[in-house]
Amino acid sequence: MAVSATLPDAMNPTRSFQGLLLTLQRFWAERGCVILQPYDMEVGAGTSHPGTMLRSLGPRPWRAAYVQPSRRPKDGRYGENPNRLQHYYQFQVILKPNPPNLQELYLQSLEAIGIDMKLHDIRFVEDDWENPTLGAWGLGWECWCDGMEVSQFTYFQQVAGIECAPVSGELTYGLERLACYLQNVESIMELNFNGLEGDEKVTYREVFLQAEQEYSRYNFEHADTAALFRRFAEAEAECRALLEKGESGERHLMVQPAYDQCLKAGHSFNLLDARGVISVTERQSYILRVRELAKACGAAWLKTAGGSAIDNGYRP
Amino acid sequence: MPDLLLELFSEEIPARMQRKAAEDLKKLVTDALVERGLVYEGAKAFATPRRLALHVAGLPVRGRDVREERKGPRVGAPEAAIQGFLKAAGLSSLDQATIISDPKKGDSYVAIIEKPGQETVAAIAEIVPAVIRGFPWPKSMRWGAASAAGASLRWVRPLHSILCTFGAETEEPEVVPFEVDGIVSGNITYGHRFHAPGAITARRFDDYVPSLEKAKVVLDVDRRKEIILNDARTLAFAQGLELIEDEGLLEEVAGLVEWPVVLMGSFEERFLEIPGEAIRATIRTNQKCFVLRQSAIGTRQSGDVATADCPLPTAPLSNRFLLTANLVASDGGKVITAGNERVVRARLSDAAYFFATDKGPLPDLETFAQSAEELGLKEFRTKPLDQRMAKLDKLGVVFHAKLGTQGERVQRIAALARELAPIVGADPALAERAAKLAKADLPTEMVGEFPELQGLMGRKYAELQGEHPSVCAAIEEHYKPLGPSDRVPTDPVSVAVALADKLDTLVGFWAIDEKPTGSKDPYALRRAALGVIRLVVENGARLPLSEALTSAAVPILSHKMIGWRPDTTRGDARTIVWHKLGFDLLAFFHDRLKVSLRDTGARHDLVDAVLGERVAHPGIEATLPDWLNRASGSPSPLAGEGGAARSAVTDEGARDASDVDALQTQAGEGGATPHPNPLPQGERGQGGGSDDLLLITHRVAALARFLETQDGKSLLAGYKRAANILKAEEKKDGEGAFAGAADLQLIAGAGLIEEKALAVALANATPAASAAVAKEDYEGAMAALAELRPAVDAFFDQVTVNDPDPALRINRLKLLNQLREATRAVADFGRIAG
Repeated sequence: MAVSATLPDAMNPTRSFQGLLLTLQRFWAERGCVILQPYDMEVGAGTSHPGTMLRSLGPRPWRAAYVQPSRRPKDGRYGENPNRLQHYYQFQVILKPNPPNLQELYLQSLEAIGIDMKLHDIRFVEDDWENPTLGAWGLGWECWCDGMEVSQFTYFQQVAGIECAPVSGELTYGLERLACYLQNVESIMELNFNGLEGDEKVTYREVFLQAEQEYSRYNFEHADTAALFRRFAEAEAECRALLEKGESGERHLMVQPAYDQCLKAGHSFNLLDARGVISVTERQSYILRVRELAKACGAAWLKTAGGSAIDNGYRP
Repeated sequence: MPDLLLELFSEEIPARMQRKAAEDLKKLVTDALVERGLVYEGAKAFATPRRLALHVAGLPVRGRDVREERKGPRVGAPEAAIQGFLKAAGLSSLDQATIISDPKKGDSYVAIIEKPGQETVAAIAEIVPAVIRGFPWPKSMRWGAASAAGASLRWVRPLHSILCTFGAETEEPEVVPFEVDGIVSGNITYGHRFHAPGAITARRFDDYVPSLEKAKVVLDVDRRKEIILNDARTLAFAQGLELIEDEGLLEEVAGLVEWPVVLMGSFEERFLEIPGEAIRATIRTNQKCFVLRQSAIGTRQSGDVATADCPLPTAPLSNRFLLTANLVASDGGKVITAGNERVVRARLSDAAYFFATDKGPLPDLETFAQSAEELGLKEFRTKPLDQRMAKLDKLGVVFHAKLGTQGERVQRIAALARELAPIVGADPALAERAAKLAKADLPTEMVGEFPELQGLMGRKYAELQGEHPSVCAAIEEHYKPLGPSDRVPTDPVSVAVALADKLDTLVGFWAIDEKPTGSKDPYALRRAALGVIRLVVENGARLPLSEALTSAAVPILSHKMIGWRPDTTRGDARTIVWHKLGFDLLAFFHDRLKVSLRDTGARHDLVDAVLGERVAHPGIEATLPDWLNRASGSPSPLAGEGGAARSAVTDEGARDASDVDALQTQAGEGGATPHPNPLPQGERGQGGGSDDLLLITHRVAALARFLETQDGKSLLAGYKRAANILKAEEKKDGEGAFAGAADLQLIAGAGLIEEKALAVALANATPAASAAVAKEDYEGAMAALAELRPAVDAFFDQVTVNDPDPALRINRLKLLNQLREATRAVADFGRIAG
């Protein structure tokens, strides 16, 4: 593959997991993105990061890229399934408004991580993305490389129930899956994390297997459901309270703390769902409750410095 | 004549939308051209993942000139009239008008307005932007910087460029100039995303297509399909394998590539333990690849995963698959194949895991114990599929918010299947067992992943736990038939469960007023009714439909979600509701039967004739047997009281029954709540055919055959004549004036010989026909009626009906009335055309 000759193994996207991550960061940094760090809360997807969820609303241009650990308690398999984890990494790019050549940029990023377009079959297969808890949807594709889905490509149409104006382009790379392909291993746990060999080699297993086992036990067996129900209610109440307290005439002064509570409610719900204590009918109503919080946060965001028009004379 | 070439180049269009979009583009553009008087010789539209293209051949250079004459006021008319005329005609002074002379009316002004035909290029420049802005995509989007403004252009995915040229073969075509949201039309397109991404100049369709081919784009989807299919067959053949063809998949795959390259991959043989249908579903749904089987000849062997009904019946699957790439890879496709194999392997590992999990016991079995007990699944501790049913019930999975859970529905279907079993010749215990397991595969891992395998996986798992073969078959087949061309199950157990499933669905959705309307039928109720009809007719089953519907209705109307509780002290609101619902549903069945018979070639009017009045007035004649007593849970207090109560319900209760609240109020207020009364059994015999779908079809067939004979045609003519005379005379004498038997003594004394002959023939034929009908011998009934023909013909030849003697006249009209009545035993001849 094209890039491998020029990079040391530890930084090589086809040899090391971190090399993949660093290469993508570098690639998007060179294209004007702010490189953010992971949000310091449990979220189910990179989209939930305020850097996407809130920043995709309102008229201000925004370009960011970051890695986000995604927590999906229900997907835990005690580290035994080669492809499914309750904690994995997404690499997220958000470009607002989407540049006209976003597809080309995306393909260049694949070249950058060592996917040769003369050898690999890249396809854009219809996938209409929707996140009901965030009140968000968009049109786009699953991006396939040789039959494998390696990314999601979405033009956001609505976020928090609000029409996106302008539309953002969102790219989400599933890093572990992509790395498995680049390193030609069958199981995520076999991934070479640091790109070194022999005694110095660190595998994904060494870094994360124990965590997968421990969290699977917690998610499925031991999470305190009474406490989670309580936390859900508390987070929901606090989110609403903060939104109310942050109101200041035409402005809103406390959206992000409120949004944190929305994320907390969402994670409590995900854990309760994994514990199997939410019935089918209740499930929908919990999703709706989180969505209502997300929508309220989105609406409030439009009244902040970050969410409103540039030339309004208002600065934080 | 010049041609139009249009191409809309965008990011990847969903495969499933491409064909329709191409057709829409053609229709919208050509319709608009024709509307402007621009007639063309031919048009064809194309789609690839990245472009819609349209070629319109043989357009004129400009539209026809239009000359319009606008009449004005007479010469010397008042100034106001003159000014009005000038304004309306767009003239600045009367000098521009012409004066015409009419010998009668005198001179008057005429404005002659000549509009030169519009240049076609100008018309296209108006039409195409409008078509693009209003394009009917099922889902469209905004994008880019322009989307900051409110009304930016919408397209299925970002639209990048527009090629639009117009011109004759002999000259350099010109670019039709227009702009849509910043995209300026030109004569540039682009080739294959990876092979030839550069700009290509296209002049007209004739060079556009080869230029694209050179740039690795096959424009025509049907050609891409042909290439894929041919290459797939060839690759399969070379390995001694056979392609399992799949038109839906082929269409989709052809919409995912501009330059198809078919490659063969393989997977480990150990995965062939997974049922073939599941392998196919995995590879098809997730990977969009074709599967292959051992070539049919000489390869039958053990381990055949096929079942009687699945599309893999002849030979086992092979461990190969075919993928369609969009690239001529520099290594001949090795890397692409290896990559696809990895994914297929991972998917099949999942499927193998699902299959193994589903075959095994569930954890925490005891939490399902109560559900298992309620469902009568006594051996659930040792039977995995029973556990899944118990789990389905325990989870409270909702079938429909107003119709309760899947568990409740299964209970209803099981009871109904048991009840219907003897009617279709099935063992009631087996039918009940099959119904209890029919939905048990819904919570399995495999069906969760591949919903299209429902039923089929249930059958596999039932076989694995040693269920009776009929039970296994019924689990799979109870969803059938899924449409007019789907196979109808024949195993009696399957028939019983399939009927129960569909009747429960129909009654349920009727009860919550979710009936199909117009083109909307979200719960596929028409299909369900057609399914019942085909199950009954094609299996020759004698299903008493009203009773079956009522059996289905009793638990549904009692359901807490519906909330119609029996109130035995005041009569039963459910019964009243059901009275209306049942009639309505029967009428729906008659409608579907008509459609179904018509589709099989039966004459529409004959169906009407056999169904008689019931179609138009289902509430009047439909029979409701003694189920009403069962519905209220105790014998009806009013049973046997006869007409008064019945008419009260039909006239009052039924009319208001759609409003439950009103009904209950009514039930509470009116001391003597009308209680519907079953029609006496005797009344069912003659007209009761409306309840028996099989008999109706037999009758229609017999009637059709009869009307093919000379006797039939002649009798029909005689009937029509009689009916016309009666109609005319009833206008004078009043409806029913000729009812009753003719006076035979009068005929004997004063009648003509032909009159006597008809009286005798009627006296013989009428009871014979009725008796035959009672024995369901429709051929016999027709034969009995055929006996009437000579007498009828002779009567009309020789007898004057409207005799001056009023007694003779009345008597002769009575004879004709008797003839009309006699034919009614078989069908309403008045509804037969011709």
